[in-house]
Amino acid sequence: MNNKDEAVISVKGLTKKFGDFTAVNNISFDVEHGRIFAFLGPNGAGKTTTIKMLTTLLSPTKGRIRVNSYDPMHEKDEVRRSFGIVFQDPSLDDELTAYENMEFHAILYHVPKNIIKQRITHLLNFVGLWERRKDQVKTFSGGMKRRLEVARGLVHHPKILFLDEPTLGLDPQTRNSVWEYLKKLNKEEEMTIFFTTHYMEEAERVADMIVVIDHGKIIKTGTSKELKKETKTSSLEDAFLKLTGRKIRDENATSLDRMRLRSRVWRR
Amino acid sequence: MKGVVYAMWLRQLKRYWRSKERMIGTLAQPVLFLVALGFGFGPIFQKAGGGDYMQFLAPGIIAMSILFTSMFTGIEVIWDRQFGFLKETLVAPVPRTHIMIGRTLGGATVGVLQGTAIGIICLFFGFKITNMHYIPLALVFMFLTAVMFTALGTAIASRLQDMHAFPIIMNFLIMPLFFLSGALFPLEGLPKAVEFVARIDPFSYCVDGIRGTLNGSVHIGLATDFAVVAAATVIVLAVGSYLFSTIEI
Ligand SMILES: Nc1ncnc2c1ncn2[C@@H]1O[C@H](COP(=O)(O)OP(=O)(O)OP(=O)(O)O)[C@@H](O)[C@H]1O
Ligand SMILES: [Mg+2]
Repeated sequence: MNNKDEAVISVKGLTKKFGDFTAVNNISFDVEHGRIFAFLGPNGAGKTTTIKMLTTLLSPTKGRIRVNSYDPMHEKDEVRRSFGIVFQDPSLDDELTAYENMEFHAILYHVPKNIIKQRITHLLNFVGLWERRKDQVKTFSGGMKRRLEVARGLVHHPKILFLDEPTLGLDPQTRNSVWEYLKKLNKEEEMTIFFTTHYMEEAERVADMIVVIDHGKIIKTGTSKELKKETKTSSLEDAFLKLTGRKIRDENATSLDRMRLRSRVWRR
Repeated sequence: MKGVVYAMWLRQLKRYWRSKERMIGTLAQPVLFLVALGFGFGPIFQKAGGGDYMQFLAPGIIAMSILFTSMFTGIEVIWDRQFGFLKETLVAPVPRTHIMIGRTLGGATVGVLQGTAIGIICLFFGFKITNMHYIPLALVFMFLTAVMFTALGTAIASRLQDMHAFPIIMNFLIMPLFFLSGALFPLEGLPKAVEFVARIDPFSYCVDGIRGTLNGSVHIGLATDFAVVAAATVIVLAVGSYLFSTIEI
């Protein structure tokens, strides 16, 4: 499983129902080793739900998944050893300090003792939080918390990195340097990166491969170039709008998502 | 395994230590019980031939503080779910059982610390420990009690999405466990039904064990107490580990 072109994530006929509602509807795709893979879709499309199933947090209703050739349903430990993740929703311990959050993660992910300190120091400096390392996370601004979450996701170097809207709430400076860093990891360590974002120019810039999902179904797969060509548009944003329509997502989902976003902002 | 359990344990302790309000709150309640009941019922208890009520009550209050503190730390899993930190531990490449054990040991340590603090406060209200040699055994009982109820809180919280069910847990589980255990009154000469309930309440055996080791007055018997408390702890821990391992977000 180490050459490019081999699928490191493979999904076939994946479905997730919440009661009567089908959040993910019979989707199939492969992610090749060493790629930067963008999973795009409007609010409520089913991106986060898919990521939860790939990362052992949620069991699928139907379908077959392989992550690093393991099954997240039955080989949870092997799957968990294969990936790292930055969640869309908050996931820090507010009562711990920035440094403690990083250290806790390093221990959980078995980062060798001799490099823990050096790596945490490096990453906290990288996201500009070194001076605040001894402060409890509850005293941080929303963007600072997000920076810490991203830095924490990079403490260990997994084979696959899932990033669910990693740059949400980050300023352009941080967004750019985070992507530089990720691209470097992707190159130097052949780390496969699976990410979602609502910033189309970001996806256009970094993704080798794009899947567009809407209402739980995959509607397009290809490179940014291919998507633009097929839709006869000049930017990925236009291609995305053409593919998914200009209509704002069904009222329920959007108001819920707005609420979620608001509560997220409030909590931060 | 050691590293993960330790990290989780340490995290629970840090959270406890940093929230002084909670610490004071959980100390105040048992002290209130001790003062109100101890001095309020003391004279009647004495008249009825029960002896020194403070001497009887103090171990019950120590056990109570452990019960409440441990259950609450266990139930904290719900907060971790709502604030999102739970996800971070659930996707980590370590068996969830280890996370659960670390968490439980952390909660149990907090419980024993609280119980010890209450024990020391009791001494100021006239409680006397009759046999110093039994203190280590008392600590064993306190620790097992703390483990059992932290694990029970964790087990319940593993199946709950939010705190809405908390009053139900409080009124239908924690309170009955406490009030029907013999923490406040002797188990002698009770109506059959109450006696029966007290006998199936595992907390009764915790109370009896702690009281027996601290002031020598056992009702059930230390060996039985120990066997029941240890067995219940193992069972709850096993069930809790299973429920925690199968959490979905
Ligand atoms: N636990 C749940 N119970 C019921 N419905 C759910 C649950 N989780 C998600 N859904 C629904 O599934 C759909 C997909 O949600 P999901 O979070 O995967 O969307 P998303 O693509 O990540 O959207 P966003 O861009 O807003 O993050 C939504 O309609 C959502 O309301
Ligand atoms: Mg999402």
